[in-house]
Amino acid sequence: MEQENSIKLYTFIIYSENVPGLLSQITAVFTRRQVNIESLNVCASSTPGAHKYTITANCNLAMAKMLTAQIEKKIDVLQANFFTDEEIFINETCLLKISTPVMLENKNVCRMVRLHGAHIVEVNPIYATIEKTGITSDILSLYDSLKTLGCVLQFVRSGRICITKDFTEHLDEYLAEREKKRK
Amino acid sequence: MERITGAEALMRALEHENVDVLFGYPGGSIMPTYDALYDHKKTLNHILVRHEQGAVHAAQGYARVSGKVGCAIVTSGPGATNTITGIADAMIDSTPIVVICGQVGVAMLGTDAFQEVDVVGVTSPITKWSYQIRRAEDVAWAVARAFYIAKSGRPGPVVLDFAKNAQTSMVDYQPAKADFIRSYEPDPDLNEDQIRQAAKMINDSVKPFVLVGQGVELGNAREELKAFLEKADLPCGTTFLGLSAIESDHRLNKGILGMHGNLGPNVMTNQCDLLIAVGMRFDDRVTGNLQTYARQAKIIHFDIDRSEFNKNVKVDLAVHGDCKKTLAAVTALLDQTTHTAWIDGFKPYEEKEYNKVIDKALHPKEGALLMGEVIRKVSEATNNEAILVTDVGQNQLFACRYFKFTKPRSIVTSGGLGTMGFAIPAAIGATFGAPHRTVCMFCGDGGMQMTIQELGTIMEQGAPVKMILLNNNYLGNVRQWQEMFFQRRYSFTPMVNPDYELIAKGYGIPAKTVVERKDLDAAIQEMLQTAGPYLLQCAIKEDDNVLPMTPPGANVNEMLLEC
Repeated sequence: MEQENSIKLYTFIIYSENVPGLLSQITAVFTRRQVNIESLNVCASSTPGAHKYTITANCNLAMAKMLTAQIEKKIDVLQANFFTDEEIFINETCLLKISTPVMLENKNVCRMVRLHGAHIVEVNPIYATIEKTGITSDILSLYDSLKTLGCVLQFVRSGRICITKDFTEHLDEYLAEREKKRK
Repeated sequence: MERITGAEALMRALEHENVDVLFGYPGGSIMPTYDALYDHKKTLNHILVRHEQGAVHAAQGYARVSGKVGCAIVTSGPGATNTITGIADAMIDSTPIVVICGQVGVAMLGTDAFQEVDVVGVTSPITKWSYQIRRAEDVAWAVARAFYIAKSGRPGPVVLDFAKNAQTSMVDYQPAKADFIRSYEPDPDLNEDQIRQAAKMINDSVKPFVLVGQGVELGNAREELKAFLEKADLPCGTTFLGLSAIESDHRLNKGILGMHGNLGPNVMTNQCDLLIAVGMRFDDRVTGNLQTYARQAKIIHFDIDRSEFNKNVKVDLAVHGDCKKTLAAVTALLDQTTHTAWIDGFKPYEEKEYNKVIDKALHPKEGALLMGEVIRKVSEATNNEAILVTDVGQNQLFACRYFKFTKPRSIVTSGGLGTMGFAIPAAIGATFGAPHRTVCMFCGDGGMQMTIQELGTIMEQGAPVKMILLNNNYLGNVRQWQEMFFQRRYSFTPMVNPDYELIAKGYGIPAKTVVERKDLDAAIQEMLQTAGPYLLQCAIKEDDNVLPMTPPGANVNEMLLEC
């Protein structure tokens, strides 16, 4: 019961046909149940013709189940599932624009970049662009460190992408099962 | 293959789907389609309504009583937005309809062109599927898919937004068939474990109680339900939309569930040891306070829509599938048994409700006419075989309580959305969906005026709607709540009414007003014996209340018998 009611970050992985208008239908399911979307990533999946949505949101387990069922009900949605962070490999990317004069003045800036395994992808006299790929906490740690040093001009994060820890690809299994029913 | 316009392709595709009636209203962006319709008048009977909302409600009424897909056709912009209420109504009440809207040509889309509205965007949240046809080549495919989606699985509304260029451009037409969509599974496989578990739980139960919803009628599972109930001697209650899923007088039918239902079923919901919900969705008007709803019982939920499981009420077992199949499969595993003592437990509540409420509602000795007595008399005058169409409000609640049902698909009411103005157009649709049955429509003086223009449709078509106007010169249900919960502050509920009899006569519809109780029987007979439409206005007691009542948010078993 406690698990049912405790709020945590779930990652929803949704596969759909590639049809226009579906994104707003899927996000509307979250909005209607007053669940705020934390991140959203949509792109073609490894299965030809199928699109993959990776959405993160904070909610309880019962709500996660309900949202998934209501998303899967949409005619053009192939599959919808939700996962905790323990059940998936997670990655996201960030870009930071930092002040070049501050960076040259304070050696700790470059130290922090190295310490966090980030890369400097561009430098000019005004600013430098830093790129870092990792899990959310790594990225936020880098940002917090650089912010403390007063050099951050801009900061952007991508949405989360992830891959499940399962040995099989459920979508392919599902599609194979469905094709057997084609008359 | 023949080369024809997209509009002509639409006509052929509708014929291919065996559409025989269309409810609609023409306008600029749908004109090429109406031009094509001109050549198909013999096969596609187009009923010109007087407002687009009426077209959708008529399609709903047609679909509910016939079991077929209802079809409405309107123009873009305001024509399309006028259909929104009906589409939302069909969505929440799972009614299979296809609404075809004209749309500006694709070159104009997104330019705020004349009568342009983003119909797909507006209707997506309230449809099962909403699709814009931008090319004539897509017509056959889209129509086949629309009808397949509307009627399969849990039925619902589909919108086709038909761009003008797609109506006028040429296409090599070939009929399309849709019976498989890989992302959509309308008829899930039976899960043997669920079936076995359900049967075991029912066999082990001492005090079982079944909640019957519209899903039984939508799944054509009336016979399967009866076999299920009778084999294990299971008492049941019905939702409003499930009223005609079982005969009103069946010995196991214990009445109506919910806020204005019967005392027995509501009290026993909180006394049973097993609650078995079939094709219903635990609406808040049925459950009352969820925190105390059937907490003592195990709950089994039969539904074709997986997203309904655990949505409002947490269940112990979900049986996913078409109830025609799941009920039959479970019935095969049930013990033939009786629950006499448990079923006898309903009697004291039935007697209490009869003495405190029903007898007074049906057999008043004096005073103005009451809704209950009019409704029961009309029902009995049709041998309880008529189709009941209601509006929303006290007329609906009284009609659902006191009309009786013996035939399938006999209740047409706006359950989930509660749409005032639903009755007249829905009743028109019902006369086309079931042309050989009597259609009795009950309406209040509030709802009557919301779609009163459809009297024009009734006039033109001679649609044999028996309209019973229960006129209490109030928005009665709101007035009742104001009396009970808002210290009798009757804020804008008294109605200043026109002369409805005169209005009906203006439309050439025979009409009569009954004020005295002694005149009621003869007036009902005259109404039923008059061929075609008829308006019977009854002067109803102004301040009557629908009882019993579970106040909003109260516990399901705590019904007020008086107020």
